[in-house]
Amino acid sequence: MENIEQRVKKIVAEQLGVNEAEIKNESSFVDDLGADSLDTVELVMALEEEFECEIPDEEAEKITSVQQAIDYVTRHLASKA
Amino acid sequence: MARKRIVVTGLGIISPVGNTVGQAWENILAAKSGIRRITRFDASEMPVQIAGEVRDFDVANYLSPKEARRYDTFIHYGIAASMDAVRDAGLEAHPANAERIGVCVGSGIGGLPMIEDTHTAMMSGGVRKVSPFFIPGSIINMISGIVAINYGFKGPNFATVSACATANHSIGEAMRLIEYGDADVMIAGGAESTICSLAVGGFAAAKALSTRNDDPETASRPWDTGRDGFVLGEGAGVLVLEEYEHAKARGARIYCELAGYGMSADAHHITAPCEDGEGASRSMANALRNGGVALDEVDYINAHGTSTPLGDIAETVAVKRCFGEHAKKLCVSSTKSMTGHALGAASGIEAVVSILALHHQIAPPTANLHDQDPACDLDYVPLVPREMKIRAAMSNAFGFGGTNATLVFRRL
Repeated sequence: MENIEQRVKKIVAEQLGVNEAEIKNESSFVDDLGADSLDTVELVMALEEEFECEIPDEEAEKITSVQQAIDYVTRHLASKA
Repeated sequence: MARKRIVVTGLGIISPVGNTVGQAWENILAAKSGIRRITRFDASEMPVQIAGEVRDFDVANYLSPKEARRYDTFIHYGIAASMDAVRDAGLEAHPANAERIGVCVGSGIGGLPMIEDTHTAMMSGGVRKVSPFFIPGSIINMISGIVAINYGFKGPNFATVSACATANHSIGEAMRLIEYGDADVMIAGGAESTICSLAVGGFAAAKALSTRNDDPETASRPWDTGRDGFVLGEGAGVLVLEEYEHAKARGARIYCELAGYGMSADAHHITAPCEDGEGASRSMANALRNGGVALDEVDYINAHGTSTPLGDIAETVAVKRCFGEHAKKLCVSSTKSMTGHALGAASGIEAVVSILALHHQIAPPTANLHDQDPACDLDYVPLVPREMKIRAAMSNAFGFGGTNATLVFRRL
């Protein structure tokens, strides 16, 4: 099975319509990957779907880069286990 | 100051009989029906299981996967037809006078499939399952918005809504804007895509639809004794309208003049036509008067002709009421016999067909008209197209609410 990083990058690529190769861990959704405010809401929804979790709005606002998304999901899965 | 003349310089069509102007025209001349059994959703429990679906349409030719996912299908069709029309008119390069180019592409119903799907998702998963793109992806004026964004067209931008008369009203209002001086070019028409359980269920409940489920291709049969309701269609039809001197100055190819636009209300019933044809007749007369077109200049009418028992008679009565003696000399056909009834897109698709009829001097046929209703006693061009002199072509559209809109196109 793919690791968390790969799964997150795949979702980011799909949602933002960018090539997976262009996505780096430090990429900012808005500044580097061209997302607008609606895109970031939808991206969080897709992460919730993929990792079967609910990301509260105040947490979602802090997820502005690929690494932050990976970190959040990693923490979430650890606390679930 | 002389009144400005408005001409048509671009055409775009997405329809059950073809997704290019050439393909749709060829199929219409061959009287080929686009009606089939419904594949868009599971209609096995529906009283009506047939529709005119758009086939072989690849949205990737027009939008990125990211954009396409966000918009409902009526927006896909409207954008596609608009882009094709803009390309046809040679306006795709961002022109210097972008502030003088506007968009008015309407829809009768809008994003009903997306509304249905989003509601289902919310009922099962809660409000967090509602996408931030749900509202922009389903509202009616979004085709006009996206076309403007994609091309940088900064002129008037809106959409009209008048049920099955939507596209004629959109085109007519766009024409008025150019006449009035608000724009030099308008991208105008209609789009619709509601082949979903709520729309089929709703129209079926109103007893408006044909139930000829076992023989879809002959289900839409305007003016035939066997007609039993309309067949739901979908698609988009869009025109590029342009002020004549503007079109001439840039050397644009001109299909014809959009000479006249007329409107009226039946003020009679929410869904039924008035049997004496008074409202529809006035819409036609208003369009002729607006265009300075004489009754006997009109050689062809692309009828609203939906294949409903009452509507086909009412339109026949209305044509006779408007045209008098000349009603027996002109030709009337309903291309809904092949496309089905695409609601807010219908008169956009039919505007394209009317313009092609004028351009090629061929009246398209009414398919499936084998046994003409004696109460419908005009020349409906049954089964085969007719090469003939067409000086002016009229296109009618009538909608729920008793709204009527008529356009008249004339050779330049």
